Amino acid sequence: MDKTISIDKAIDYIKDGMTIMIGGFLGCGNPHRLIDALVEKNVKDLTLICNDTGFPEIGVGKLIVNKQVKRLIATHIGTNPETGNQMNSGEMEVILVPQGTLAEQIRAKGAGLGGILTPTGVGTIVEEGKEKIEIEGKEYLLELPIGADIALVHGDTIDKYGNIVYYGATRNFNHLMATAADLVIAEAEKIVEVGEIDPNHVVTPGIFIDYIVHGGGTHG
Amino acid sequence: MDRNQIREFIAKRVAKEIKDGYVVNLGIGLPTVVANFVPEGINAFFQSENGFIGLGPAPEEGQEDPYIVNAGAQCVTILPGGVFFDSADSFSIIRGGHVDITVLGALQVDEKGNLASWMIPGKMVPGMGGAMDLVTGAKKVIIAMEHTVKGNHKILKECNLPLTAVGKVDLIVTEMGVIEVGDSGLILKEINPEYKVEEVQQATEAHLLIDANLKEMKV
Repeated sequence: MDKTISIDKAIDYIKDGMTIMIGGFLGCGNPHRLIDALVEKNVKDLTLICNDTGFPEIGVGKLIVNKQVKRLIATHIGTNPETGNQMNSGEMEVILVPQGTLAEQIRAKGAGLGGILTPTGVGTIVEEGKEKIEIEGKEYLLELPIGADIALVHGDTIDKYGNIVYYGATRNFNHLMATAADLVIAEAEKIVEVGEIDPNHVVTPGIFIDYIVHGGGTHG
Repeated sequence: MDRNQIREFIAKRVAKEIKDGYVVNLGIGLPTVVANFVPEGINAFFQSENGFIGLGPAPEEGQEDPYIVNAGAQCVTILPGGVFFDSADSFSIIRGGHVDITVLGALQVDEKGNLASWMIPGKMVPGMGGAMDLVTGAKKVIIAMEHTVKGNHKILKECNLPLTAVGKVDLIVTEMGVIEVGDSGLILKEINPEYKVEEVQQATEAHLLIDANLKEMKV
C-alpha cells in the first residue's frame, strides 16, 4: 500500500464550504505546500480550525489574506492583523478558544468522546452558553468535540503507510488533528519506504492517515 | 529608569521566585526576559506551550532551526534532557498543575486576583492563546508588568475588561514593588526604594495593605 499522491490530487478533495483543520503553531509545523496549493485553488467559504492564523505571509495566514475563510475557530489571531480586520468588518466569524481546550476538543473527537470537562474559562466569557458541571466542589465547563471534513497535517519523516515521526516543535496540533477528520492528508518533509521507520519512534500511527504528499523542506 | 531598565528590573525580581527544579512557563514579551536572570545554581525547566520542556537560550547566528521555536515563534534551543510533545500533552502539563510558576503580562489585574489580558473589545483582540489554561493550572501565577500604562491604572479594584481567569493571580511584580494577592486584598510586600509608599498607592487604584515587614525590593 502506498498512500502517496500528488499535491494537485490532494487539493481536489477540498471543496467550497468544507470544514478543514490545519496543524501548526505560528507557521511551525504547518503543511506549507498544501496551504499554498489551497490558496492557488482559491477554495472559498471554508470553516478553518487551527491554533492561530500565523502571519499574513506565513502559514494559514495566507488563507485569511486571500479571504477563503468564512468561519474561524482558533486560539490566537494577534500576529495576523488581517484576521482582526475581517473579524471587525463582519466578513469572517471568529470563535476564540483557549488553546488547551481546543487541543482536548480535537482529541475528544478523535478518541470518540462526547466532550471534555475543563476548569479553563470558568468565570470568563468563554463559559457563555456552555453547560457547567460541578465535580467534587469544583466547576468545569463541558466542551464538545471538534472534528473536520479534512485535516491537513505536517510530519517530518512519513512512511508510505502514513506512520509519522515528527521533528522539533512541529508536533503541536498535527498529531491530534490526524485523528479527528473524515479525511486526513499528511505533508511529509521526507517520504520513506515501509519498514524504514523504527516502530518505537512513530508518534502518529499510519491508520489515521489517508494520503501523503511530498512537502520537502528544511529537513527533507 | 528607562523602559528597558524597568523591564530588566522587573524580570530580575521575578527570576528570584524561581527555585531549583521548578517547571516554569514564561509568557511573550517582558516575561520572556526572566529566563536571562535565573539565579546561579538554580536549574529550572522552561516549558513552552507549543510543545516542549527544556527551552534553552537563543541560538548563535547561523545556528537557527526553524522547527525549534518558542510560543512567540522566536528561534530558541532545546537543552540536553529536553523533550518535545504535542499540544494535548503540553496542556496536560499546564492545566494539570505540573507547572510551578507561570509569568504573564496583563492589561489589568484586580484586588481579587482577577486577570484581564486577552482582549480590549472593539480595539484589540489577539485571543487568549494558552493564557487561560496557564493561569488556571499553574501552581503560582505571577504578573510581571509596568505598574501603569500611559499614566493609567492597571492594578484595579475590579477589572473591567474581559477576564482571562477569576481569582488566580498570586503575585504582581512591577517597577514599583512586589504585591501579593491575599484573602483580604492586595498586600505591598516589597517596595522599590526609588518610590514612597504613597506614590505606589497613587499609581494603584486598588487599596494597598502595607505589609508589617515591608522590605526593600532588591534584584
